[in-house]
Amino acid sequence: MKDWRYWLAEQRGTLLAFGIFVAMFILYTSNHQAGFTANVVQTASNKGVLLAFVAMDQTLVVITAGIDLSVGMIFLLTNCVASWLVVGSPVETAFGVVVVLAVGLLCGALNGAIVIYGRLQPIVATIATGAIFFGIALLLRPFPGGSVNERLADALTGRLFGFLPASLVALLAVVLVVWVPFSRSVYGRAAYAAGSSETAAYMSGVPIRRGKFAAYVLAGLLSAIGGLFLTFFTYTGDAAFASGNAYTLFSIAAVVLGGVSLFGGRGSAIGAIFGALAFRTIGDLLFVFDFDPLWQPLFQGVILLVAVSLGAFALFRVRNRLEWFL
Amino acid sequence: MSDTGMDRIASKMPSFIRRSDPAVVTAFACIIILLLVGSIYSRSFLSPEYLLQQLKVASFLGVIATGMMLVILLGQIDLSVPWSVAAGAMMACAAAAYGPMGVFLAIPFGIFCGVMIGVVNGIGVAYLRIPSMIITLATNAVAQGLMVVYTGGFSPQDSATGAMRYLATGFAIPGVPNAVLIWAVIGAAMVFALTRTTFGRAVYGIGNRERAAYLSGIDTRRVVMIAFAVSGGLSAFGGVLLAGYASKAAQSMGDAYLLPAIAAVVLGGTSILGGRGSYLGTVAGVILITLLQSILSVMQMPEAGRQIIYGVVIVAMLLLYGRAPASR
Repeated sequence: MKDWRYWLAEQRGTLLAFGIFVAMFILYTSNHQAGFTANVVQTASNKGVLLAFVAMDQTLVVITAGIDLSVGMIFLLTNCVASWLVVGSPVETAFGVVVVLAVGLLCGALNGAIVIYGRLQPIVATIATGAIFFGIALLLRPFPGGSVNERLADALTGRLFGFLPASLVALLAVVLVVWVPFSRSVYGRAAYAAGSSETAAYMSGVPIRRGKFAAYVLAGLLSAIGGLFLTFFTYTGDAAFASGNAYTLFSIAAVVLGGVSLFGGRGSAIGAIFGALAFRTIGDLLFVFDFDPLWQPLFQGVILLVAVSLGAFALFRVRNRLEWFL
Repeated sequence: MSDTGMDRIASKMPSFIRRSDPAVVTAFACIIILLLVGSIYSRSFLSPEYLLQQLKVASFLGVIATGMMLVILLGQIDLSVPWSVAAGAMMACAAAAYGPMGVFLAIPFGIFCGVMIGVVNGIGVAYLRIPSMIITLATNAVAQGLMVVYTGGFSPQDSATGAMRYLATGFAIPGVPNAVLIWAVIGAAMVFALTRTTFGRAVYGIGNRERAAYLSGIDTRRVVMIAFAVSGGLSAFGGVLLAGYASKAAQSMGDAYLLPAIAAVVLGGTSILGGRGSYLGTVAGVILITLLQSILSVMQMPEAGRQIIYGVVIVAMLLLYGRAPASR
């Protein structure tokens, strides 16, 4: 096989997600009252970027064959922290941003330590840590409130050169600074290998524990960046249980749409980003077609259900029935 | 070396302690400690009325945790509890709006809705081989969407029927609340199913190793599907009882039951990896969680503190019992 074919086979999920997103976005803008204008793109990208960050968090953990059900709560917690600290003079603001990112790193490290060194099941462990994170968020913000450095917020949610959404540029920067180096590093390889087959990776002397730990820690960081952006968009901190749960759920939908295998070892954060943007666009399609917003939760649930069920087609390729039972 | 030492100590203990699961013993010990701590706060903590009231509150969680335990024994998990509870409660109340027949069928219809959610979960997990945490999250979202669309954002008929109130708050036997009686009946049925039927053996077998169970001739997919259907039905029944207790159904009434249900099962020593656990442990876990909730509310702990304590308790107990073997 030629090199480009390998590349194509590896990137199939990502390209499919990209295709879905482009198709949906064309459908969305062509039926939008305002059409394809800078304003529409800016609003759409601002909404999509939030989910994209959370989906990147989920991708990092899913690649190691785990799952992070605390993403939404890290997102809420960092939002609440940011609403206290990212204010005031530039120096204070910078300090606040650093603290918010550190909180995300700590949350990720806690998850990673419990799952990897405590050897607990990721599902239950992250549900439990999610409750802890939510509790802390609620302590910080029993009622919605707080504020944020509005100049920084407006700069990061506005447009560059009049047409380019700044949030998309920030997303690209995060991909280049966090995801690309990680996925090409030894630890990134180790995270993939551990997700693909932990035993084989262990036998080959791959540093699986450190690789997985790095994945969880960076996952926390990405959610924190998402929480920071949520604060920039809303100017407030709000510990809303339903919103945290929704983001956790949507992150899984985005990961599935983005072609990341839930069994681990396959997929990329780029795919999950397009999955997130596609999921947001599909959810917003209801508005441009003038449906009652009441239908939106059902519609999003059905998309998720259909997306995860499509994975079942792989069963037709199974030759030996014993392979049903992993 | 330490093993033989432990064996020597163990052989001197009475046989019922030696045979019992350390997790179950710990859970019961924690219950006694909580009762003692509670009695320091308030004299009425050890009064029979208060304990019976706690048992009544515990029975709602007990019914839900019974279904959760069955699923966890398979090595799976049911994250659709919140909206199965809410759907069961809301649909039962809604059915009551359709004349006397609706009132008569309200409770069965509520449970039926929960069973349907469970069947979708079961098909996804058993036949489509989708990881249970994913498919149950998805059906939870769909059930939520259906309920939001159905109620149109507000509750149409949300008051519980007389039968639901009677089941949750009445006294068929003087001194014993009906809810406790129902939990006892469901618990006994579950113990019977788990220990005396081929279905129960199959559940433990699948939890240990599904391949081996399949090769020994068990229709593992059907067992998994039935287990999820039972879990959905019991969640919905728990919702029906809760609606009877509060005398109305509400949208977010199930949110507070997912984490406690999982916690109760896990604290009772049921392995989160499946295949190991006893119903006695789940009973202990349910009572433990209920007492913990009660003490935290007596201490006027805010919601935030309760969430943190739940999370910490679950992680701590899991670190004691629920660890996977190290890779070798």
